[in-house]
Amino acid sequence: MALLMKGNEAIAEAAIQAGCRLFYGYPITPSTEIPEYMAKKMKAVGGTYLQAESEVAAIYMVYGAGAVGERVMTGTSSPGFSLMQEGLSFLFAAEIPCVIVDVMRGGPGLGGLGPTQADYFQLTKGGGHGDYHAIVLAPSSVQEMVDLTKESFDLADCYRNLVIIAVDGILGQMMEPVEFPPFKGRKLEPKDWAASGAEGRPKNNVISYYLTPELGESENIRWGDKMSMMKEAEQRFVEYEMEDADYAFVAFGTSARITETAIDILREEGIKVGLFRPVTLWPFPEKGLTARLDQIKGWMSIELSAGQMIEDLKLVVNGKAPVGFHGRMGGMTPEPEDVVTAFKEQLLGGVQG
Amino acid sequence: MSTARTITKYKFAGFGGQGVLFIGKVLAQAGMLAKQQVTWIPAYGPEMRGGTANCSVIISSKKIGSPTVGKPNVAIVMNEASYLKFIDTVVPGGTLYVNSSLIPELPGRVDIRIVRVPVNEIAHEMGDEKVANIVMLGVMQAMIPAVPDDILEKVLLQLAGKKPALAEQNMRALKAGKEYAMNL
Repeated sequence: MALLMKGNEAIAEAAIQAGCRLFYGYPITPSTEIPEYMAKKMKAVGGTYLQAESEVAAIYMVYGAGAVGERVMTGTSSPGFSLMQEGLSFLFAAEIPCVIVDVMRGGPGLGGLGPTQADYFQLTKGGGHGDYHAIVLAPSSVQEMVDLTKESFDLADCYRNLVIIAVDGILGQMMEPVEFPPFKGRKLEPKDWAASGAEGRPKNNVISYYLTPELGESENIRWGDKMSMMKEAEQRFVEYEMEDADYAFVAFGTSARITETAIDILREEGIKVGLFRPVTLWPFPEKGLTARLDQIKGWMSIELSAGQMIEDLKLVVNGKAPVGFHGRMGGMTPEPEDVVTAFKEQLLGGVQG
Repeated sequence: MSTARTITKYKFAGFGGQGVLFIGKVLAQAGMLAKQQVTWIPAYGPEMRGGTANCSVIISSKKIGSPTVGKPNVAIVMNEASYLKFIDTVVPGGTLYVNSSLIPELPGRVDIRIVRVPVNEIAHEMGDEKVANIVMLGVMQAMIPAVPDDILEKVLLQLAGKKPALAEQNMRALKAGKEYAMNL
């Protein structure tokens, strides 16, 4: 039976069902329901919720728990996510599986609590120092928050990599009906690399650097190969009304939902438009987009930012068609009618992107 | 039972403590049990500390795209600040429910229906001013039912949890609202 649940709570419940038994975090709106839910439920399932003294401490607690092979999670919001960047870089290099939720809030600076997607660059281009990427998942409904959260732990374990679930304040706070169907996970290798007690075997070190530039380089090459593998295997997207579309929007999360309604309006007027919705922000779903390049006469990126994903979109479109943009910032959302107007002005009016 | 529209967008607004988020939640939960698609979004920000609070609810017979409600079909305003903030957003032909206990006669609109109900007085007469929100829910349900009556009542009972006195008071308030609407 469906339950009516807030997105943040649904993520927390899904994580527990996926076997996450350790949560470390520092509460920050609009993500606070995640630690709140964990604080209430973790003890009953034999897990631990711990409120750290800061986000910096929280992410290194995640490091420790992940290094011994436990399923571990933290949840935060943009300023807190910024504080975690050094730790994320270390976690990537030590190849520690973990799941991080970023319920984005406005920025730069303190920012408001309204919906925004302005962490896109930070989420997808590394964020911390060094050559690395996290897998970044962008659900657009509370149900998808459940499904992707469950899967995120498998992805993290499978690649020994960071997985970030990126949502905005609306998705975090919104209630929608959700179900928790049984989850059939991947076949995973035992964590024989974990520092889980060395009795009867050589000891494992879960560290990020081996003190020589030669190893520094060879490790970077190995990580690069791993990232190429993820890029090949994990690109995901969902299409809406794309089959016969002449024009296409690209949007994720809440802006994708708003865009769907804009598409319904445009379709009623007889204009053939569709939506290409990245579900993985990294790896960016280049293959799916490329498959539509010959069909689409004009693209438009709809974002809750000044325009960040549009750069990835333009790299794929590579000048083959105009690329428009419409965005709101600071916690504001466009009305579907605003998207319709911007589309007509920029793509039907002949303005080149 | 359903309204003529396949999608209805609601805005519930008042000040903190008037229970506008709660009645939005009741409606969303009832919509879900009535096998409709639903979304509920609270306004989230400094409003929560003393200013106006509001939530957006959508009930739809098909998948909901945009979950935001910029232009509601139905708005419920429980205080004057909310009246001023939302009266111009209601779509033409829509309905605005006004708590006339706290909101004086103000410039209105001719292209929407404005229903003024003294919900605080009605709730006060019942002995509990806190259920004014439920009275308004009853008025709405009597005028344009959003969900079947029995489902709405079931949800109201469920959400009262293990407090039979509260459940009973809520049911009385819902009935009082409905009766008031019958005499409009």
